[in-house]
Order: sequence, then structure tokens, then C-alpha cells
Amino acid sequence: MKKVMVAGLFGLAVGVPGAALAEPVKVGMITTLSGGGAGLGLDVRDGFLLAIKQSDNKDIEVVVEDDAMKPELAVQIADKMIQSEQVDILTGIIWSNLAMAVVPNAVAQGKFYLSPNAGPSALAGAKCHENYFNVAWQNDNLHEAAGNYANTAGYKKSFILAPNYPAGTDALTGYKRFYKGELAGELYTKLGQTDYAAEIAQIRASGADSVYIFLPGGMGIAFMKQYAQSGVGIPVLGPGFSFDQDVLGAIGDAAIGVKNTSQWSNDLDNAANRTFVETFQAEYGRLPSLYASQGYDTANLILSAAATASVKDADAFRAALKAADFTSVRGDFKFGNNNHPIQDIYVREVVKEGDVLTNKIIGVSLEDHQDAYAKECKM
Amino acid sequence: MQTALLIEQILNGLQFGVMLFLMAAGLTLIFGVMGVINLAHGSLYMLGAFACAAVAAATGSFWLGLVASLATAAAAGAIVELLVVRRLYDRDHLDQVLATFALILIFSEGTRWLFGSFPLYLDIPPVLSGAIDLPGGARYQLYRLAIIGVGIAVAIGLYLLISKTRLGMRIRAGQSDREMIAALGVDIQTLYTVVFALGAALAGLAGAMVGALQSVQVGMGEPVLILAFVVIVIGGIGSIKGALVGAALVGLVDTLGRFLLPKVFALFLGPSEGTTVGAALASMLIYVVMALILAFRPRGLFAAGT
Repeated sequence: MKKVMVAGLFGLAVGVPGAALAEPVKVGMITTLSGGGAGLGLDVRDGFLLAIKQSDNKDIEVVVEDDAMKPELAVQIADKMIQSEQVDILTGIIWSNLAMAVVPNAVAQGKFYLSPNAGPSALAGAKCHENYFNVAWQNDNLHEAAGNYANTAGYKKSFILAPNYPAGTDALTGYKRFYKGELAGELYTKLGQTDYAAEIAQIRASGADSVYIFLPGGMGIAFMKQYAQSGVGIPVLGPGFSFDQDVLGAIGDAAIGVKNTSQWSNDLDNAANRTFVETFQAEYGRLPSLYASQGYDTANLILSAAATASVKDADAFRAALKAADFTSVRGDFKFGNNNHPIQDIYVREVVKEGDVLTNKIIGVSLEDHQDAYAKECKM
Repeated sequence: MQTALLIEQILNGLQFGVMLFLMAAGLTLIFGVMGVINLAHGSLYMLGAFACAAVAAATGSFWLGLVASLATAAAAGAIVELLVVRRLYDRDHLDQVLATFALILIFSEGTRWLFGSFPLYLDIPPVLSGAIDLPGGARYQLYRLAIIGVGIAVAIGLYLLISKTRLGMRIRAGQSDREMIAALGVDIQTLYTVVFALGAALAGLAGAMVGALQSVQVGMGEPVLILAFVVIVIGGIGSIKGALVGAALVGLVDTLGRFLLPKVFALFLGPSEGTTVGAALASMLIYVVMALILAFRPRGLFAAGT
């Protein structure tokens, strides 16, 4: 017994000098791991944990809980993580409505929140907060890039379609902010709708030269299959969400050739990304999606900040996060005044490599792009 | 062009209605004969879609997948009846709802555990791909026409089964007086299992056919289940005829509402406002119709036993 105590004390004594810098950091991850949206949360979690594992940093402790895509559950988990588990940083939420329920409350209690996916406009503008960092994008960004690409591609008559909920209206607003042509039609469908025959018939009759859709998850899969089966053949544009690794397999060959916009792609040519794609595939046996890349970047940002500042010193840690001194898999990355990214947004094309459908970059749509709400933020 | 579009939308409405009928028929049969509210009916629909996708991926044949979906859903239905629902006949509806809701959770997470969180791939068979020309200048997708055909065939088949066969006679007898047919020596336990498996197989068939159009993923059954309940409430609980009429009504009202309402409101409010208001109203239209029908016919259009 005595021996053990002595060994323990010795261990503590040795541990102390290093601990001045490497203060333990406890991260609470609330994400969607069950139900229809589980694929997204799974990728964010796997990307995040991969980065933590690679860093070999024993001072970072991560607790993961499933929000089942329910705002009230996410709020309960956040309360529990803050009050009884005493986490320093929260992260992980996929959906904007859940983020709106959790984030303002968490940052008001002095916790840090790093968003690996959702970027609702309300948190980017007047209601921005010094402890809220978005490591993915502001919701409108990919849609703005798609609107800009439609001009480059010479489209003059777009038919645009999104579900009738806040992120859907934001999406079409984002597209229209940059798109200069006229609209052949604008439709809002019911959230969760899975049959688009009625909408596709209208697209066929509208005389459009391009179709822009924002239909995340199963809605996009259903639309693309039915669209291909209907044989309308007007080119489709979309944000990366509807054409990433998590859904491409289910859409099948109907997705080949579709142009979509994203801040990241499998084939982005930088060392960090090559390592990420290779190790992710080796670890989990599938290609990463943009969600996985966002989880990976979020973890690396936390690691970089924890290496230079103690999380207990909020001001220093905040400054270290804001410096964004980490190698992002998407290349250049920095935070704007509202703690949202300023980054390049690419145009990708869905291709088939062997048996696997994936994306290939064909150009840059917007360089060093910052969101439209940044100027309303007083930071 | 406008008539062609209208014809196409009416067919879309019918196809949607037929799909709802396959779900609602099983649901209303189970309720009519056994008095059980089966919330897990949507899970059987999901099972059918997953079985079809898995077998089609393994063998390359959609048709084998379709057979597998029928077999899997029927087997799952029979097992559920034997293990769980059998114990619920004498309980009140609240217990049934609670137990079958638990089944939804078990089926969903079980499927996710088996197949993973990412949606599966299932495409329509090559024979039925493409579209054909219809009178009036409309073009319509062959596969959707085939779904309408299958739905009509199932409706006729169910009619013959229930009105012309011995099994159908027992089902009708079970609907009117359960104790009496048990007293007359009919093996009511087996009858219940058969009816449950039949209803489940219809849900599995709907899941497989629709899975090829939409996405095969966990949780795909619940939105359809809600609509199927609307259908049987409109049609009259326990009535197959009611389910058929209700399904066609809901399918047409929903599809044409989505198509026409935004246009109508755009005339008064301008394109942007009009589409938003129209789309919002279209998504509640079937519930408005249900409320109206219930106001005049509180037991639905074709209430069983009337």
C-alpha cells in the first residue's frame, strides 16, 4: 500500500511541471447519433475523435451524447454537461434549430461553444458572442457560392426549391443574393417530404435552364432518384450537403455530373487533407464526408488553443481560438470579426472512381468569402 | 401543356394514394378484426424497404428483393403478433399504443444496428424505367403507373379475399363478433396471426416499392404512418372500402393542393409571398379536409358496422 502511495506521489510530482501548460480540457459533444439524421452526427464524431487520437494528447477528455435530433433533449444534455460534468467546451450540434436552443444559453454561462456544422444567421449577426466560434460555415455560404457559380456557368433561368423551414428560406435567400438571372420558379416543400413527383412535373413545364435544390438528407436522395427517373434532364446544382459521401451511395449513378459547392473536398490537395482522408479511411473503412472534415478541424482547433493557453483562463483561451493557429484540411482558414470562417468555397462535380461515387474539385466559386451578417456583429 | 401537367399531377395524386392504401389497408384490417392500434405498422414498411434493398444489392434483382420484402414483413408481423400483440387484445388502447410505440424504437435502432446509419441504395428495375406517352400530350413514368396497377390489383384481391373466401368470411365474422366465432370453434388465434401477417406484408410491399423511388433509411415509416392514420380516420376505421376511398382522396388532395394552392395565392399576393403562404397551407390541407369530413361524418365515410 505504502509503495503504491509513494509511486503515486512520485507520479504527481513528475506530472506537475508539464501541467502548467497542459491543463486538462473537458469537451462535451452533443450530436445526432440515432434516427434519420444519424449519419451526419456519426461523421462529425468520428472526424473529431480521429484528430484527438492522432494528437495523442491525454489531457483532452471528450464525452459524447446523442440528442436524437430533438431540441429539448439537446438542452437537457447541455445542462447536465455544464452543471454536473463541468465541461469547459461544448460542440457537436448538427441542426440549426438545436443550436439555437443550446448555444445562447451555454455561452451566457461562460462556456465555449465551437460549432462543427450549424451556422444559423441569428448567431452570426447582431447576436454574435465572443465565446461562440463557428468552425464550419454560416448557413448561407454554400448557397451563395452556388448562386455565384450559376452566373459563371451562364444559367439565366433557375428553378429553385427548398423545404419550408428557416434553413430552407436562408438557403434560397443565399442563392438569390449572388444569382443574377431570373427565376423560372420558386417552391417551398414540406420538411421531410419524400415524394417530389408534383414538383418535378412543374420543373419540366417551367422551361428552366437549371435547377437549384437544397434538400438535406433523405429528401435529397428521394428528389435526385425521382428526378433522374423522370428524365427531365435539366442540370441540377446544389450545396455539398446533398451530394456528399454520406448520401452519394444511396443516390447512386443519378448523381454523376452534378455540380455542388463545398468548403472542402476529398481531393483538396494539401498535406493535412491527404493525411486526414487516408487515416479516416484506414480507421473507419469509408471515405470521410464534409461533416467528418468539420469535426476533424474543430478538434484540431481545440488542440491548437489548448497547447498555448489554459482553458481556465477564458481571455487567453479565447484569443488562442480566435488565432486559429492550426492546419485546416480545407487549406486557408481564419476567423472574421464574428468568429465565423473566412474561407474559399469550391465547386465540385460528382464523379465515379472505380465503384465509388465521390467529388472532384473543378474550380473556386468564392475566394476568402465572409458571410453577409458579419457587419451587424459588434465585435 | 397545362392539361398535360394537370393529367400528370392527377396521376401523381393517384399513385400517392395507392401507396397510402397499401399502408392503410393493413392498419384498418388489424384494427377492424382485432381492435389493436398498431403504431409499429410504419416499422414494417421500413423493414420491407430494407429487406428489398439488401436482397437487391446482394443478388442484383429487384424482383427477388420484392419477394424478400413480402416475406420479411409478413414474418416480422407474425412474430410481433405472437410475442407482443397477442398479450394486448384484452388491454385498453393506451397499453397497445405504449407497447407498439416501444416496438417502433426497437425496430428503428435494431435496423440501424444491422445496416448502419447511412441510407441504402435501391433503384427501380430496368424493365420499368423510362416514361410513356399518354393521351393529352402527357408523359408519365412507367414505374409509377406500375405502382398504381399493383395498388388496384391489391384492392381487387382484398375484395375477393374478404367477400368470396372462407378466410374472408372468418375475418368478417371476427369484425362483428369475436367471442361468437371463437365459441363456434374457429381457431381465432391463428386467424389473428394470419391477418396480422397479411397487413404487415402489404406494408412491406409498399415500403419496397416506394423505397426504390425515395430513400431507404431508418425512420422512413413514421411520416407515412401518420398519413395512413389520417386515411383510415377519413375512410372509417375498420373499412377496407373506406381505406381505398380515403387513400385516393388524401393522395389527390395533397398532390393537387401542393400544385395549385401556391399558384392561386400567387395571383392575389404576388409570387414570393404567394408561394410561401400557398405551400404552408398546402401542407395542412389534408388535415383540414379530415376535420371537415369528421364534422359531418364523425365515424368516417364508410364506418364499419353501419
